[in-house]
Amino acid sequence: MKKKSARIVMIIGSLMLLLVFMFPLWSISLEAPQFPEGINMYIWVNQITGDSESTLQNMNILNHYIGMQKIEPDSIPELQYFPYIIIFMSVLGVLFGLFGNRKTFLIWAVLMSLLGILGIYDFYLWEYDYGHNLDPRAPIKVPGMVYQPPLFGSEWLLNFRAISYPALGSLFLGGSTVLAGLAFFMSKEKKEVNDEKVA
Amino acid sequence: MKTKLFILLAVALSFVLAGCDSDGGKGSKTGMVGSNAAEKVYVAPGEHDEFYAFMSGGFSGQVSVYGLPSGRLFKIIPVFSQDGEKGYGYNEETKPMLETSHGFVPWDDSHHPELSQTDGVPDGRFLFINGNNTPRIAKIDLRTFETTEIIEIPNSAGNHSSPFTTENSEYLVAGTRFSVPITETDVSIKEYAAKFQGMLTFVSVTPDDIGDMNIDFQILVPGFDYDLAHSGKGPSHGWTFFTTYNTEKASTMKEVNASQNDKDYIAAVNWKKAQEYIKAGKFKTMPANYLNNEYSDHTHSATSKKMTSTRVLIPSECPGLIYYIPTPKSPHGVDVDPSGEYIVGNGKLSADLTVHSYTKMMKAIEAKAFEKEIDGIPVLKFDQVVAGVVEKPGLGPLHTEFDGKGYAYTTFFISSEVVKWKLGTWEIVDRIPCYYSVGHLMIPGGDSRKPWGKYLVALNKITKDRYLPTGPELAHSAQLYDISGDKMELLLDFPTVGEPHYAQAIEASVIKDRSLKYYKLDDNKHPHATKNEKDTRVERKGNEVHVYLTSIRSHFAPDWIEGIKLGDVVYFHLTNLEQDWDVPHGFAVKGANNAELLVMPGQTETLKWIPQSVGVFPMYCTDFCSALHQEMQGYVRVHPASANVKLSWGLGDDEKQGK
Repeated sequence: MKKKSARIVMIIGSLMLLLVFMFPLWSISLEAPQFPEGINMYIWVNQITGDSESTLQNMNILNHYIGMQKIEPDSIPELQYFPYIIIFMSVLGVLFGLFGNRKTFLIWAVLMSLLGILGIYDFYLWEYDYGHNLDPRAPIKVPGMVYQPPLFGSEWLLNFRAISYPALGSLFLGGSTVLAGLAFFMSKEKKEVNDEKVA
Repeated sequence: MKTKLFILLAVALSFVLAGCDSDGGKGSKTGMVGSNAAEKVYVAPGEHDEFYAFMSGGFSGQVSVYGLPSGRLFKIIPVFSQDGEKGYGYNEETKPMLETSHGFVPWDDSHHPELSQTDGVPDGRFLFINGNNTPRIAKIDLRTFETTEIIEIPNSAGNHSSPFTTENSEYLVAGTRFSVPITETDVSIKEYAAKFQGMLTFVSVTPDDIGDMNIDFQILVPGFDYDLAHSGKGPSHGWTFFTTYNTEKASTMKEVNASQNDKDYIAAVNWKKAQEYIKAGKFKTMPANYLNNEYSDHTHSATSKKMTSTRVLIPSECPGLIYYIPTPKSPHGVDVDPSGEYIVGNGKLSADLTVHSYTKMMKAIEAKAFEKEIDGIPVLKFDQVVAGVVEKPGLGPLHTEFDGKGYAYTTFFISSEVVKWKLGTWEIVDRIPCYYSVGHLMIPGGDSRKPWGKYLVALNKITKDRYLPTGPELAHSAQLYDISGDKMELLLDFPTVGEPHYAQAIEASVIKDRSLKYYKLDDNKHPHATKNEKDTRVERKGNEVHVYLTSIRSHFAPDWIEGIKLGDVVYFHLTNLEQDWDVPHGFAVKGANNAELLVMPGQTETLKWIPQSVGVFPMYCTDFCSALHQEMQGYVRVHPASANVKLSWGLGDDEKQGK
């Protein structure tokens, strides 16, 4: 009985991963007095969006004064292949849930954790690149100033307060990993009994 | 005779009193201002007003938008007059808006703003306003606060009794204040009585997002002056009432000759009956020469449509279409109370205020209680229609509005005051002075079925010592009163633009969330739009040069142009590529004989420029758009007419050449 419920938890966790296609992973907001509604950008597994269709254009217009590269989702390869990794992991998780044993649950959870850490590191590298790799002919140059938004938390970048936090998608990503771990622990005793029987 | 003497004395007295006041009345200058007035009108920085107020510009031809209760000015909407500030009527796109059958008429006298209604309540879709001088009605879209249609009224002159909507904005009306020979021909002015006629025009409005205006029908009426109007509501929905003066049919010295009759008329028009007659084909098709100009938010351009005829109903051939209700003396405003039962005739030379009853009018019509007929129009017996009289309320009643709580408020021009009285009992309950000489008054929704009876605005013609003097020409003024209590209380006094004849106001929440922030570039269907910098270019067609340029913070593309020759006609088609709120870009070029462009995000506008000399002409952005706005500039080189040069243009490292 216990094992059956563990499998269900594993499958739910794997399917929950697909919710990252419905919710963004991270949000970066810029706040300044003359932008009372804020400029809000959302990073997804497969796209970058804003509150309106023109948010990216507006952010790029502001960024060009300090020589920041244009944020162009089409030129970011991760947005192209990340979705396949997610789908692969989800399918793999479901298969593990149906046919695998508790070891595969653990493998999946560890794999997901590694992917998550890699993803955040990749995101950091992009932020570093946008913030440091500035056009030397930029109209506004403040000596010593870099414009890397924080990974987690808020920071003043000239007149803007940049606020960066994980969004709902990350919660589901983390949640699916946790559920896989849970499935691993839930299946513990029963699996031992089964193993004995087999032996 | 006694009445006349009374008025004469009172007029004289009011002038004497006014004279005294300007000298010695300094102590009472603030009038009846309550101790907490400031608190009631203070809208803290960053907070929003409760109401949008739309005030006509009178001889400015425009509409100004204010907030209430603060009295802060938000915008002047150009309607009938060219406006260099916005390029309205100067840029190629909006020039057709001001075309008429008389050619380009870049000015008018705008009197009565009127909000569109649904079920007799202002719905915030459109604002309509009449042009009095060259008869027109304009429509302003309250999503964009821009004029999107102007229709000319043919066979008319002095379009004063207009636009005054029906309960669901089925119709706007337009009556001739200056009767004329119809159709317009050259006849002796002395033959006024025999040959001049009036026309009551009904303009339909489509019940959609466009609100397309069309002249549905006209009614040919005797040559009186049709002064003001209001449509019925509730039970009286289906009727429109027009006041008349000069029933004497005088053609000269009207101030005396048109003030002789003890009673003039309120014309009651059954427009539902008119629709039946039109359906039955009982109309005459009359030649008419008029223009209908429409502006599209997709092409960002206006087009003029020439119209050639109208359907005209003749009252003598259409029984039941129209009746005259005798009303003392030269009634000005005609105002229908929220219930639709009472019709107030503000007899401006009368000592009393006359109120008619819709129920009694219907009974009188049924009983054929007619005094006589004028050109086939039955004149109802006065005593069969009158509901009551407000006795000796003041001098020179002009207009009445309602608070929805059973009270009416009437302005008195000569005695310069607002008088509050009770519907049904006709007793006067309060009065308060105006500074000075009030014309219209306005209660938000005060001519609708559901007034927001909290504030009253008096629109004053004369300000004299009220503000810091500005030479001989002084501002007109608006005075805000709190009418939420038993006693009216003066709160605020603020100057206005032009002459605000009438105003209308609506609760801000009805409009503000629908207000457009910018035009979507993808939806821009302007034939000369340029949607990205790669497509910017300069093209020559004979001596016409078309510059397809774009603006985005903080540059134009291209920002230099050479190869234009003296004698060329240059069209700058500027598309603003911005897609954010409140980022317009302006465009001006030295020596342009028209105005600037002020292009909203996603919009395209065109400036025509005919250089008058050889040289290099700077162009620049006029609306401070960004940190590097000052750098948003460029040059246009004009060569001699004989020069053998190709067009060339560029931006930064990007250079291009024409064929």
